[in-house]
Amino acid sequence: MTNERNQSPAFSPSAIAKSPTGIAGFDEITNGGLPQGRPSLVCGSAGAGKTLFGMEFLVRGATMYDEPGVFVAFEEKAEDLIANTASLGFDLADLIEKRKLMVDYIHLERSEIEVTGEYDLEGLFIRLGYAIDTIGAKRVVLDTLESLYGAFANAFILRAELRRLFLWLKDKGVTAVVTAERGDGTLTRHGMEEYVSDCVILLDHQVANQISTRRLRIIKYRGSEHGTNEYPFLIDRDGLSVLPITSLGLEHSVLNEHIPTGIEQLDAMLGGKGYFVGSTVLVSGTAGSGKTSVAAHLVDAACRRGERCLYIASEESMKQVIRNMRSIGLDLQQWVDSGHLKFYAARPTAYGLEMYLAVVHRIIRQDSPQVVVIDPITNLMVAGTSVEVKVMLMRLIDFLKVQHITAFMTSLTHAGPALEQTDAGISSLIDTWLLVRDTESNGERNRLITVLKSRGMAHSNQTREFLVTDQGIELLSPYVGSEGFVTGSARAVYEAQEQATALNEALELERLRLGLEDKRKMVEAEIAALRASFAADVEQVTRLLQQYQQRDQLRRDSQSMIERSRKAVNGDPPNETP
Amino acid sequence: MTTSEDSSGEENVKGEFWDLCLYVAGQSPKSLLAFANLQRFCDDHLNGRYRINVIDLLENPQFAQADQIVAIPTLVRKLPPPIRKIIGDLADTEHVLIGLQLRPRSQ
Repeated sequence: MTNERNQSPAFSPSAIAKSPTGIAGFDEITNGGLPQGRPSLVCGSAGAGKTLFGMEFLVRGATMYDEPGVFVAFEEKAEDLIANTASLGFDLADLIEKRKLMVDYIHLERSEIEVTGEYDLEGLFIRLGYAIDTIGAKRVVLDTLESLYGAFANAFILRAELRRLFLWLKDKGVTAVVTAERGDGTLTRHGMEEYVSDCVILLDHQVANQISTRRLRIIKYRGSEHGTNEYPFLIDRDGLSVLPITSLGLEHSVLNEHIPTGIEQLDAMLGGKGYFVGSTVLVSGTAGSGKTSVAAHLVDAACRRGERCLYIASEESMKQVIRNMRSIGLDLQQWVDSGHLKFYAARPTAYGLEMYLAVVHRIIRQDSPQVVVIDPITNLMVAGTSVEVKVMLMRLIDFLKVQHITAFMTSLTHAGPALEQTDAGISSLIDTWLLVRDTESNGERNRLITVLKSRGMAHSNQTREFLVTDQGIELLSPYVGSEGFVTGSARAVYEAQEQATALNEALELERLRLGLEDKRKMVEAEIAALRASFAADVEQVTRLLQQYQQRDQLRRDSQSMIERSRKAVNGDPPNETP
Repeated sequence: MTTSEDSSGEENVKGEFWDLCLYVAGQSPKSLLAFANLQRFCDDHLNGRYRINVIDLLENPQFAQADQIVAIPTLVRKLPPPIRKIIGDLADTEHVLIGLQLRPRSQ
């Protein structure tokens, strides 16, 4: 069941042929649109959007699927219809001109009609048949057929004629939308559902906490599976959009790519690469802890890479966010100017939760951004209960995940024991959860950031102190001294102490080094002295030796002179003396 | 509407010309009956100062939109103004008189 519903409507096998309405979201929940060639009933109270539903069905049919249509109006004149739907971007006059659309206003006024016997509604059939044949219509809207009950008192004739009308419409092979006013405790005031048995759609208005939400429900759809929930829908300048509550499921593909956080040191904490593309990131923290700044870094970095971002501000105006971020050195205005960044600033209470979601959906569909920031999600709580908010966020997250849009949400938590908890109770939907905190100690507040969880990556378990400077966010290296983890001034004190200690040690070392130097000099001096005395000794010994040799020479000289004097007669060389 | 105190319809008719249009769809029994009833009614009450124009919407469907016809048969009084519409086979003469304002509704 779920699998089939998740598939694209165009490819899902279906027993009966369907006529796509072109209404955003509606064809998804009906697996392709309204039953082709059969009448469908759209009922709802006054102002629920029945006429618009019908008109959009025709306009989209004419413009998108080349199926001309006939609009039979019992309540509004053609000129009024043209004027009223112009605000929704429909150019009926142009379509009528091109014979893609025909509006037949049937005026019925009971006071002008006198009944004088038997009659039937053949005139209506003829008019309708003529209109269908004139432009070759494939689609017909009858809005609101119940006006006939006001004009013709004879219920027997009416009932028979209506039955004949629906058979006739089927024979004609046109896909018809019949609108009907909601009755008291019944679907329609005059039991129209009795005649239209193929497809019944209920449009509704619900008001909770003074906020109105439009809802659509498919009550029955013969021969086709369909979503059974109440789907919120929205009417704005692009017509109707229906939001499937759980049409997405958990079948989305995932990417292994990363998107940098814009803060280098934070990237390092998240496995070195940042968040996963298409993941859901939550940063929660108390007031003023720097959540928006973390978000702005991501936006700034993404825009710098040329990606498109959507910033949904539910608390501050665009100008306020831009001004505040400029004070930390991030110029978001340039990205707004270049078209990379789009702001959507509105309080959810202005529309109601569903409407808010619908508007966000539409913007995302139009702009297809890569990064969506919601700041903060906690403000949504004002517009609904926590279950509603959770369901809404779940749908939004699913929607973003399927398109691989990285979602960044901020959540305001209140100081107290339950910091690791979000008001919206969406922690299980989150892939990467950052916790920013203010800790107060020694009369000051310091900012800390922790990665509480980050699915699918080896993230740091360390709490880091960070500073919000005029150059952006700066994470400080963790200081874990002998006294444990310290921050702020205490950190400065400890750092100063450490520095002093280090300085002392350096001085001591220098002193030792100098002492050693002195010692070396002393030793060298001593060596020099010893060398000198040794040299003196050597010199003395040498001198003594020379004296001795000289004396010895002198002695030998005198001896040979004596011998020569004794053998002078022989004239023998004195050397020859034995 | 209530200018005439007179209960007899013929008093209202004096001097006026009646232009009547009967819208039918083919030769259905209801259509034929309506035409016959109308003819008889005019003979009885309008003394020849009338013209009946029968329009068959099966042949001229475009007139259905122009004259705002839904029910068949429909009799439209084009003259004297204002335009009045009467639906049905005109079998009930009393209601035809009221519908054509030949007799005040109060009766």
